[in-house]
Amino acid sequence: MDRIPVLKMGEFLLVSIQVDMHDRLAMTLQDDITEMIVKHGSEGVLIDISGLNMVDSFIGRMISNIASMSRILDAEAVVVGMRPAVAITLVELGLELPGVRTALNVERGMDILRKHMRATDVAADADFNH
Amino acid sequence: MANSLQGIIRSNESEIYARWLELQQRLSGEGDILKQQDRRDQSRRLVAAFSRAVESGNLDNIHTPEWRPVLDVLSDISTARAASGATISETATFFFSVKQPIFEVLQRELSADPKQLTEAVWLTSTVVDKLGLYTIEIFQKTREDVIRRQQQEMMELSTPVVKLFDELIALPLIGTLDSARTQVVMENLLNNIVSASASIAIVDITGVPTVDTQVAQHLLKTVAAARLMGADCIISGLRPQIAQTIVHLGVELHNVTTKATMADALKLALQRMGYSIVRREAA
Repeated sequence: MDRIPVLKMGEFLLVSIQVDMHDRLAMTLQDDITEMIVKHGSEGVLIDISGLNMVDSFIGRMISNIASMSRILDAEAVVVGMRPAVAITLVELGLELPGVRTALNVERGMDILRKHMRATDVAADADFNH
Repeated sequence: MANSLQGIIRSNESEIYARWLELQQRLSGEGDILKQQDRRDQSRRLVAAFSRAVESGNLDNIHTPEWRPVLDVLSDISTARAASGATISETATFFFSVKQPIFEVLQRELSADPKQLTEAVWLTSTVVDKLGLYTIEIFQKTREDVIRRQQQEMMELSTPVVKLFDELIALPLIGTLDSARTQVVMENLLNNIVSASASIAIVDITGVPTVDTQVAQHLLKTVAAARLMGADCIISGLRPQIAQTIVHLGVELHNVTTKATMADALKLALQRMGYSIVRREAA
């Protein structure tokens, strides 16, 4: 059975979806990501969907769910590289993915994660010192 | 039977042409000289093609190779007339008036045999009617093409995406947003976000005359789609009346940054991207 690889890059995880998702694949991915976050204590997840051509309401919800689960596990999720057609479809389906961070490409997504980490570090230091 | 009809039309071709011209002049007045020249030219080509087609003996089906030249001439005439603004009835009258000279000739040649005359008149009449309908169809098609082209041009005209700065694009909207246009605008904006790798897009609605719930809905959709691609949207150009309308309609614009003018939006965008604008000291 095919699987979408979840790669560890330092404090982040990188998931690159390069095939069209079917429902089972999405469920497995959800398991894999949550397990990897817990195992490595990752602080951020980059989900690259630049290879995704088609979405339906289920896949749209899965993406949104994965992002929410990561946030609960204290890892910031950023969805990057969404294609115009996919964005239009999701909006037409009413799935505007509220609360999910987005970026144009992996590089920008990485910037967002780094900024986010710096901000939380500063906040944590401030808490610790007081 | 058809043989004699062919013969008559063929041998009286120049007379039919001359009589028809006379008749046209009587119907539509003198007109200017250029138009007259055109009309003479068209009529001659048409009569010539018509008599050759009749000679083939096939008077039932006009969509055959023998009638091709006639149809070509007709569509030329029809297209030219539609483009120059003639009405449908002018164009149809022009062509249907060819019946009279043909009938006159037939009457003269076949006066000895009323039965044959009736049959010849009937045959000619049917085929001329068919050709007339064809002319009208072409005329209408030309008009429709014009409308379609104008719609297309309006679409293109109304959705330019402008690059303002590195990673910053603007979309000045002009005219009312309906569903079809929103689709084009949205696609255009998203594709430009990718190609300019924009992080902020300013949607300026100064040129949108009125905002109702539907237009607002379309705007919000566009903003949501841009956000999914990782670009922030700023809506600018909200006039006082539009701000009032939006509030009266109860449209929620919470999650969208709005600015009164494009200048304010540009300042905000540059600020968000980490730039600051400083005026140099005058020398």
